[in-house]
Amino acid sequence: MPINTGDTAWLLMSSALVMLMTPGLALFYGGMVRRKNVLSTIMMSFACLGLVGLIWVLYGYSFSFGTDHAGIIGGVNFLGLNNVGQDPSSIYATTVPHLAFMIFQAMFAIITVALFTGAIVERVKFSALLVFSVLWLTIVYLPTAHWVWGSGGWLAKLGILDFAGGTVVHINAGVSALALVMLLGRRRGFPQDAMEPNNIPMVVLGAGLLWFGWFGFNAGSALTSGGLASSAFVATNVAAAAAAFTWMIISWIHKRPTVLGTVTGAVVGLVAITPAAGFVTPLAGIAIGAIAAVISYYGMVLLKIKRGMDDSLDVFACHGLGGIWGALATGIFATVSVNPAGADGLIMGNAMQLLKQLIGVISVGGFAFIMTLVLGKLVDKTIGLRVGQVEETVGLDISQHGERAYGGFLR
Amino acid sequence: MKKIEAIIREERLDAVKKALEEKSYFGMTVSEVSGRGKQKGLSLQWRVGEYRVDLLPKLKIELVVLDEDVPPVIDAIISSARTGDAGDGKIFVIPVEMAVRVRTGDRNEAAI
Repeated sequence: MPINTGDTAWLLMSSALVMLMTPGLALFYGGMVRRKNVLSTIMMSFACLGLVGLIWVLYGYSFSFGTDHAGIIGGVNFLGLNNVGQDPSSIYATTVPHLAFMIFQAMFAIITVALFTGAIVERVKFSALLVFSVLWLTIVYLPTAHWVWGSGGWLAKLGILDFAGGTVVHINAGVSALALVMLLGRRRGFPQDAMEPNNIPMVVLGAGLLWFGWFGFNAGSALTSGGLASSAFVATNVAAAAAAFTWMIISWIHKRPTVLGTVTGAVVGLVAITPAAGFVTPLAGIAIGAIAAVISYYGMVLLKIKRGMDDSLDVFACHGLGGIWGALATGIFATVSVNPAGADGLIMGNAMQLLKQLIGVISVGGFAFIMTLVLGKLVDKTIGLRVGQVEETVGLDISQHGERAYGGFLR
Repeated sequence: MKKIEAIIREERLDAVKKALEEKSYFGMTVSEVSGRGKQKGLSLQWRVGEYRVDLLPKLKIELVVLDEDVPPVIDAIISSARTGDAGDGKIFVIPVEMAVRVRTGDRNEAAI
């Protein structure tokens, strides 16, 4: 097909928007930790732009989107961007240069790795995290992205709907975060010591960048610049709005309407709408976002307060639970009136779609959980996942990076 | 010579400075401190749940005066810093062995 300049412009712009989400996430996470760990937390996200950005062009894209092997993994035909050029692919995003589609997908892989780091901040060893990230990207992300999005992937053939990565990005990251928390254990002093966020305005700035970038994530996933992109854009915005507002109200009922809670709600709404954005009406997005906030809030109460699990920045509650709800909600609210290439969901009389979505949740979630335990254990036995007691007490900024965020005595 | 250390509420700083200035006590050092007393703390919220913060922000004023100036300085601080609620702070008076003005090398009375 000939190149469509409008589609190309939108996809390149969207790639840039999704790229900005990773530094946004770095600020979102960085503001929530204690001040001795701000830089280390930021670095865990930012380093993915370097590490994953390289792996993706060397072999990542090929094993996710290359020629299918048994529905499980892509092939070697796109290694080192071989056969990925200025002409469109004959299979993926056929109206834009293949390179544009490839770099758009790169940004998703980058932020997925960055997302799970939030669960293990303030105690994970940086070198071990890098090694684990390479293993995890290769053995968990590349296959599962192929299952769901690759031509010939087994979940794609089954008919699972994941518009922009509810399963591939958020369930993957959220469930893996939970497994890592089980391997690493709690931070020293948790939960008896108060661990105050060092800079909530920084968290708000990060959440704002995430919301902004998410338009590229979701509306960009239309891969075209027409009506579908617009519909996904609106659904994304209303879901974030509904979830932010809902979280604010819940927090108010319990005591006060916190800023940290409200921006967390916005992110949870964005997570939940991700798989559904191009398959549901904008109004369905309100329900998806509002319900996501309730699930995530009480999930956090259960995990963190009742069970005392130190998923430090609540990655499982936000991305795992939000992603699972979003995947299932897609099977409930989807309608072909929004996207003829999609499917009808439960409300439109197709209960089968909900079942397919459930299969997607269980297979990707289960695979990610088990493989993370295996890979994490492997890294723990060889390099050691956790820093020593002194390094943790001093803080990871100084012990891992030789820097401090707010240094100097002179103003 | 005595050093007077007064822990006060942040919002009373301007009033305390003014009260001291009216009695011609001009020099002082002010620092931001955290502390706790009978006032107890306050409860802040995380995404879910709460945590207790019992070290609250206060200001510490330090000034060195002659022995006979201690009572009027204390009076000035009390009258300007007091609100009557828990958390109004404390005043400590400490003997000072020597004072030196860095610019001139003057000692003691000439230095304060």
